[in-house]
Order: sequence, then C-alpha cells, then structure tokens
Amino acid sequence: MDINIILLIVLVISAIWTVMTPRLPRAAVGLGITSAVLTIIMFKLSSPLAAVFELSICAGLISAIFISIISLMPRITAQDRDIRQKEHFHKYGLLPVIIVAVAIALSQFHLPTNFNLPAQPVENDVRIILWNLRHLDLLGQIVILLAGAFGVAILFKERKNE
Amino acid sequence: MSSDMPQVFGIFSVGIVLVFIAGLYCLIATSNLIRALIGLELLTKAVTLFIILTGYVTGRVALAQALAITLIVIEVVVIAVAVGVIVCVFRHNKSVDGKLLRNIKG
Repeated sequence: MDINIILLIVLVISAIWTVMTPRLPRAAVGLGITSAVLTIIMFKLSSPLAAVFELSICAGLISAIFISIISLMPRITAQDRDIRQKEHFHKYGLLPVIIVAVAIALSQFHLPTNFNLPAQPVENDVRIILWNLRHLDLLGQIVILLAGAFGVAILFKERKNE
Repeated sequence: MSSDMPQVFGIFSVGIVLVFIAGLYCLIATSNLIRALIGLELLTKAVTLFIILTGYVTGRVALAQALAITLIVIEVVVIAVAVGVIVCVFRHNKSVDGKLLRNIKG
C-alpha cells in the first residue's frame, strides 16, 4: 500500500478517535497525534518549514494549552463518568458511519486529471516569498499576536474586588 | 506537474474531507466548550493540509508554506484567547457547558 494512503488512514483514524473518546485528556492527546501525522504528511508534500511550525506549535504548544485547561476542571465522580460515557457514545456513534459512507462515496467520484495550471513561479524559496512578497502577512501576524497577548492578559487578570 | 499529481490530489482530498467532517461533527454535536475548540482545531488542520496540498500540486510550495504559517499563527492566537474566555466562563458558571451561557442571549 502507498505510504500516502497509510498516513491518511492514520490521520483520519486519529481525528475520529479525538472526537469519539469520552475523556478530554485523551482527546487532547489525539489532537497532538493528528498534528504529528499531519507534520509527516507536510514533509512528504515538500513543505518542511510549515511542517516544523505545525509540529512545534500545534502538536506541542496547543496540546499543552489544552491539557493545562483540562487540568483546571474539577474531577467528576465514577458514576457521573459512566453516565457521560453512555451519552457520549450515543451522541457520537453516528460519526464513524458518516465517515465510512462519505469515504465510499468520494472513492467513486473521479476528480479531473487535467489541471490547467499557470506557469511556474520564478521564485520558489519560502523565505524570499515570506519576506518580499507576503510581508503584509507578517505585519498582520505581529498585530494578531499582540492582540492575542493583550486579550489573554486582560482575560487572566485578577480583578481587585474578587 | 508530474504524472502522479492528480492521483496525489485525489487521495489527499478524500482524507481532507473526512477530517473536516470529523471536526464539523464535533463542533455541531457538543455543548462542551473545550470539545468545541478541539473540533475547531480539526477543521483548521484540514484547511492547513488543503493549502499545502494545493501548493504541492500547483508547484507553488513556497507560497503555500507562507500561507500555512500565517494560518498556524492565527490558529494559536485564536486558541489562546478562546481558552482565556473558557476559563472566565468557568469562573462565572462553574461549568464549561455552552448551554449554560444564557446571560449572553441577544
């Protein structure tokens, strides 16, 4: 079997497991695994820089953020957990059926094999593209990072009257 | 474009649609705010992979990587702020159930 197909199957299974698992820490770990598999796929699709970003930020930082917020939540009793698990499987039991049905439907659908693509760009170095062509994106990223930092600082600020 | 590009595009686009459906289902079915964020993350992963795949197929890998990096940076800021909002909701309501957010009805 082609390595791409194996990677895609692992990606889809880890995504389904992330959604289906009733316990939130496992869902966070599943999300990290999905990110790690996505990183390998990105390397396969000749995008190493984006893959490194995906691995360090999505698989690392975001998983850590999720696990830290889950650790703030109170523990539930074993009885509550059993009830929630039953409700969870009742709610999400349809997902694998939908996924399999869509996969079968899409495998019957043939995408066009002729792409009318424009000419190859002269410059194909990500650093030059990022600094010279997409510098407004970098400015936007800095603004959004600052906005996010201020937003988080305001949200986590302890109020004096509390 | 090499001869296997349409095949690669076909295989990966099926996987992207499936991951997108998983994320969308999670977002629709849950009322837990943390789980909704996880669904949003899955949606973003499908979009990131689609951007990278499009760049690979069209031969514009550098441009696709630049866009994917921008997407990842915005994604992490969105998650950080959303987690802050969830912590505030938890402090007020002692729960992260979205159904309890009646006080922002508008």
